Amino acid sequence: MPRGKKRQPAEVSSGSMADIAFLLLIFFLVTTTIANDKGIAMRLPPKPDPNEPPPEVTKNDKNIYKILANSGDQLLVEDEPYKAGMDQLKQDVKEFILNFGSPGEEGIQIYNSLPSALKSKINQFGRRTDSSDDPTECVVSFKAARGTSYEVFIEVLDAINGAYNEVYAERVGITVEEWLALDREDDIQNDMYQKARQGIPRAISIAEPN
Amino acid sequence: MSKFKKSSNTQQEIPTAALPDIIFMLLFFFMVTTVMRETDIMVKQQLPKATQLTKIERKSLVSYVYIGEPKNVSLFGNEPKVQTNDNFVEIPDIVLFVNQEKDKLSEAERDKITMSLKVDVGVKMGIVSDVQQEFREANALKVLYSSIKRAEE
Repeated sequence: MPRGKKRQPAEVSSGSMADIAFLLLIFFLVTTTIANDKGIAMRLPPKPDPNEPPPEVTKNDKNIYKILANSGDQLLVEDEPYKAGMDQLKQDVKEFILNFGSPGEEGIQIYNSLPSALKSKINQFGRRTDSSDDPTECVVSFKAARGTSYEVFIEVLDAINGAYNEVYAERVGITVEEWLALDREDDIQNDMYQKARQGIPRAISIAEPN
Repeated sequence: MSKFKKSSNTQQEIPTAALPDIIFMLLFFFMVTTVMRETDIMVKQQLPKATQLTKIERKSLVSYVYIGEPKNVSLFGNEPKVQTNDNFVEIPDIVLFVNQEKDKLSEAERDKITMSLKVDVGVKMGIVSDVQQEFREANALKVLYSSIKRAEE
C-alpha cells in the first residue's frame, strides 16, 4: 500500500521579488545619466575647391560686420577696440542686421513684412547710411586668433547667435526661449521657423585663424 | 454605551501586493532612459556657458569629439589633446574617425552627421580650428559647440 504522501504546494515564494526589483532599480538609478547635450549649432563652410581660386569678396565693406579677437582675448569690432560687454555686442549686431540703410527691392519687401513693433525699433536705431544696406546683404564676420581662448570664442559666437535669434523671435512675435525650442518636425512650428528665417539669412562667417 | 464605539476589527494594513509592480514600473523607466557612458573621458571637461542653446535633434547622428588638457598630466603632458571614443588621436587622424562614424549611418543620413565638440574652456582656439579644418576635409559640416546653459541674471 502506497504511503499517503501529502503533496507540497508547488509555489515559488514571491516575497523577495520586490527586493530584487529594488536592487535593480537602485542600480539603474545610480548609473543613469539623462542625456542633455546642448550647444550652439553651426554649419562649417564646405572645403574650398583647389582647382578654383577663392571667390572674390564682392560685398560692400559696410555690409560686413567685422569682429576680431586677438590672442590676448581682446576684441576689435569694426576696427575699434571693444571694451563693452557681450550684451552690448549682441545689441550692436542686432542694430547692424536691422539697419536697412539703403534697402534693395527684396529688403523693402522684408521691411514691409516685419511687425510694427520691430519697425519702430528699426527707426529708433536710426537707419544709418554707413551701416548695412538690408538684412539680405549683411554678413557678420568673426575671426579669432590661434591664441584666443575657447571661452571668448563661445561668448562672442553666443552674442552673434543671440542677436539673430532675437530678430527671428521678434519677427514672429515669440520669446527667444520659445524660438529656440521650436520643433521643426512639427508642421506648424516649422512654418513659423521658415517664416522667421525667410529673407534674413544667418550669415555668420568664421574666418580661419592665422 | 458610547455611540462612538471603536471599531476594532477593521484591517489596518496597507495591501503590499502591488508594491513589486510599482517598483518594476520605475525599474523599466530607468532601464529605458539609461544611457551607459560608453567612453571614459580622459581630458578635462569644463564646458563653456552660453545662452543660445539648441537641442540636438537625433542622437544617433551625433558623434563626440573631446578636446582638453589630459587629466593624467604625468603620462600625457599638459598640452590639450583630442579624444575620440576611448583614445587620443592626432589631428590628421580625425578624418578617419569621421569617416568611421559616417560608415555607421545609412547612406541617406551621412551628410546629416553632427559633430559635437566638447571643448574645455581653458583650450586655445588653435587646436579647435585645426579640428574644424579636418571636419571640413571629411565633409562633416554640422558642428555643435557643446555648452551649458548660463543662468540669466
